[in-house]
Amino acid sequence: MLAYIDKIREISRRLLQEGTVDMVMGFRKGTVPMMNEPCFVKTPEDVDTFVWDSNCGINLANYLTNRQEKIGIIAKGCDSRNIVTHIIENKIKRDQLVIIGVPCKGMIDRRKIQALFETEIENVIEADGNITIKGRGLEKTLNKKDVLQDNCALCIHRNPVIYDELAGDLVEEQKDVDRYEDIRKIESLSPEEKWRYFDDLLSSCIRCYACRNACPLCYCPTCFVDESRPQWVGKSIDSIDTRTFHFLRAYHCAGRCTDCGSCERACPMGIKVRLFTKKLEKDCLELFDWEAGMTLEKRPPLDTYRPDDPDDFIK
Amino acid sequence: MQNPYLPYPVRIEEIITETEDKNLKTFKFVFLNPDDQEKFNYNAGQFAELSVAGKGEIPIGIASSPTEKGFLRFTINKVGLVTSYIHAMKVGDIMGIRGPLGNWYPWEVMKGKNVVIIGGGFAFTTLRSSIIYMLDPDNRPKFKDIHVIYGARTPGMLLYRDELAQWEKRDDINMHITVDGTDDPDWKYNIGFVPTITDQKAPPGNEETYAIICGPPIMIKFTQPVLDKLGYVHDNIIMSLEMRMKCGIGICGRCNIGKEYVCKDGPVFTLTQLNNMPKEY
Amino acid sequence: MSGLGFKVKVYMMKIITINKEDWAKGLERLCDSFRLFGPVKQDEFHNFRQLVKGELPDLNLLNTRLSAKSMVYPQSEKMFEFTLDENRDDHHILKEIHKDYSPKAVIGIRPCDARAFLLVKENFDTPEYKDPYWIKSYEATTWVGYACNTPCSTCFGTTAGCGPFHEQGLDLLLVDAGDYYLLKILTQKGENFLTAAGWSSKADSDAARHEIETLKRAAEEKITARISTDKLKDKKTTELFEAPFWEEVAFACINCGTCTYVCPTCWCFDIQDETIGLSGIRMRNWDSCMYPIFTLHGSGHNPRNTKMQRVRQRFMHKLKYYVDKYGDGIQCVGCGRCIRHCPVNIDIRKVCDLMNNFEA
Repeated sequence: MLAYIDKIREISRRLLQEGTVDMVMGFRKGTVPMMNEPCFVKTPEDVDTFVWDSNCGINLANYLTNRQEKIGIIAKGCDSRNIVTHIIENKIKRDQLVIIGVPCKGMIDRRKIQALFETEIENVIEADGNITIKGRGLEKTLNKKDVLQDNCALCIHRNPVIYDELAGDLVEEQKDVDRYEDIRKIESLSPEEKWRYFDDLLSSCIRCYACRNACPLCYCPTCFVDESRPQWVGKSIDSIDTRTFHFLRAYHCAGRCTDCGSCERACPMGIKVRLFTKKLEKDCLELFDWEAGMTLEKRPPLDTYRPDDPDDFIK
Repeated sequence: MQNPYLPYPVRIEEIITETEDKNLKTFKFVFLNPDDQEKFNYNAGQFAELSVAGKGEIPIGIASSPTEKGFLRFTINKVGLVTSYIHAMKVGDIMGIRGPLGNWYPWEVMKGKNVVIIGGGFAFTTLRSSIIYMLDPDNRPKFKDIHVIYGARTPGMLLYRDELAQWEKRDDINMHITVDGTDDPDWKYNIGFVPTITDQKAPPGNEETYAIICGPPIMIKFTQPVLDKLGYVHDNIIMSLEMRMKCGIGICGRCNIGKEYVCKDGPVFTLTQLNNMPKEY
Repeated sequence: MSGLGFKVKVYMMKIITINKEDWAKGLERLCDSFRLFGPVKQDEFHNFRQLVKGELPDLNLLNTRLSAKSMVYPQSEKMFEFTLDENRDDHHILKEIHKDYSPKAVIGIRPCDARAFLLVKENFDTPEYKDPYWIKSYEATTWVGYACNTPCSTCFGTTAGCGPFHEQGLDLLLVDAGDYYLLKILTQKGENFLTAAGWSSKADSDAARHEIETLKRAAEEKITARISTDKLKDKKTTELFEAPFWEEVAFACINCGTCTYVCPTCWCFDIQDETIGLSGIRMRNWDSCMYPIFTLHGSGHNPRNTKMQRVRQRFMHKLKYYVDKYGDGIQCVGCGRCIRHCPVNIDIRKVCDLMNNFEA
């Protein structure tokens, strides 16, 4: 991690000194344990602000939308895939970007970790694949592997797919990962059980839209839930409206979602919103052999048509 | 405890299409309960929330004058969900009115002073209320010279054209009507933008002269330097602002400029006040 | 009704001791005369909800995830009902909805949330307009505070006009003294609650007072986070508004409404009509200054069109506009929820320092 930080700072300093970019987007140390804050740096003197550790789960591609400057951006595997998607969807131009790739071994789940202890965690130290937790009368070392964000544990694209610089050696990708066990379980439920399952899942939603706003795909100038003419959904916390929001958002992300986990990470109520997007991710993989954000060369399945597209869902 | 969110039920009594583009209509409302009319005691410059069950509410300046009894008038521009719906309503339909809301032009302060009314486009509504109020025989002696500078894009876009013509004929009010342009050979009034006409026709500014401005932001932006040039003091330049509003009573939190809620602490502010507020409107 | 909630009524405060068994029995008795609400753990966090008879509030918590504001001001609240059926005489006329304002008690509210109601009261209960829903609901409630022996790490209450044993806005203060509770009765409403609970109302000696004082000091010492607000009042609004730091403060913000929804002092709402068939309601829902449509005009103009403007609004409102408008300090009680739950770690303590130390 420390080596990453030095390299990130070194590359950022060079890019800013040479004037290759107007700003670099990265992370600075957070004010609470297991949180870092996305930030930008515009001068070489300020690059020491940048940090890197297992608390950089926010997807920085979200900050690129429609920007005009030349930007250096620090990108994990998932960020890089969303950068690809952003480029394909004309939200940023490739030649505006210098992508500083960061091979990633996963981000830790702060809520999962806190839930393991009664005492509040006040300090976290990360070293050699271990996470040491400290709080009042508490000190415990955990294996980072056991406390990863759910999406990171299942990640099969840890290395950036597109980059101009690298902040570290590429890492080995995880093999033989069963990405869709949870989805298959839901698929196997009866309609009534599914209804109940989703009702429970979303019962604590407060419609704050943190999931939507943390998502690099959700850049619509006016989200359908905010339209007033026509008004597609009500604005209260009525369960039908809430469900409509989550389902439609997921469908809108079909073939685009990289399972970066930003939505789930952002949710203040700890709702497993990825279950929706992952179902569509699974469908895209099975029906179109498609994984989002892997290449600039191909159009995503929902904006292409092929005569041999599967059509047996039309009855 | 009186519920300030509960509208008074009203019936649409009359609908007048004001402008050639048909986007502005004046609605005359009467209260279903006569008591409510007594409660609805307003001053020229205030607004009200017009309420349509099932659609929502919209804040609109009151175009009738407190001196006109027995009804309320609002001129409504068709822009959003509620106003579009209201435009499609018919005489006899039932809706609601909540108010009066906000502050008003400083009538007490302006007693014994010259008043210059400067308006543009469809923002002339509370100015119409003000003119009717000042011209009322009981009130006219309270004010010195009254000037009105009112402009629209074309003659067909002027509001209250019959009344404008009547006021033109009076000698106790100086009318300066203008349009941005027209090909009407019979047009006998001014041609030119409001700031230009203000420069030409408005009386010079002094402690005894107040300007009330209401119009689109661009008009306000260019009229302000003209008034500065004419020597108007900022305490005497009175403006009425627009903001997105919901509650209209300073509670729901969206219409603030700095610490002031436009719905309750405004919509009327002096330029002196605005100069000390964030430029966020 | 007084506009200010800060006036301390003259009441002879007393402290009683309750063993934890009697605590449960008392709550059961209280169910006959009060609707009881308290923190309940669901999934991995606590929130307030109504307790069924025999159910105890779960007091093993730092604080609830959402503040207690929904106890008075629900996220979605019906205001009026109407019919669009033109065969009915009262069609298109809004009518009041019957609401239950019978006595209720909120047990286990932290002192920060209780004080927050007093700050918010300035908005809902003004000399000119009274918000009937908020006021009636607030007044129907007895507030049984729960002192924080171990404040959250993000708490900065002691420098935000509050504190772990703060009593403003409470009718009673419950203190966990280990094997038993100490209950400090602060108002006549509190006394009535005590009577209904049937706990022995024998006042304790100075020893109890001393015990609370000791726990209070220990709790306060655990709070290390501080803010400075002393210079906010004298700053010029327009200068703070134009300060250069807003772009940097706002950069990380994703404009979700989390901070405003978890905040005990955020009060903004939207009014919406909803219809099903020919019947409908007018309701209000929490809204957030973080959303672009919050201020979007019908014409398309938006005075707070950019993220920076919206972030600035939130902090300026809490730390400057409120200070100037009401003269009661900042619109924040230091509960730290926005810090804990902001997905991108925007920290009001940092922003407050930037504002307080800003020199134009």
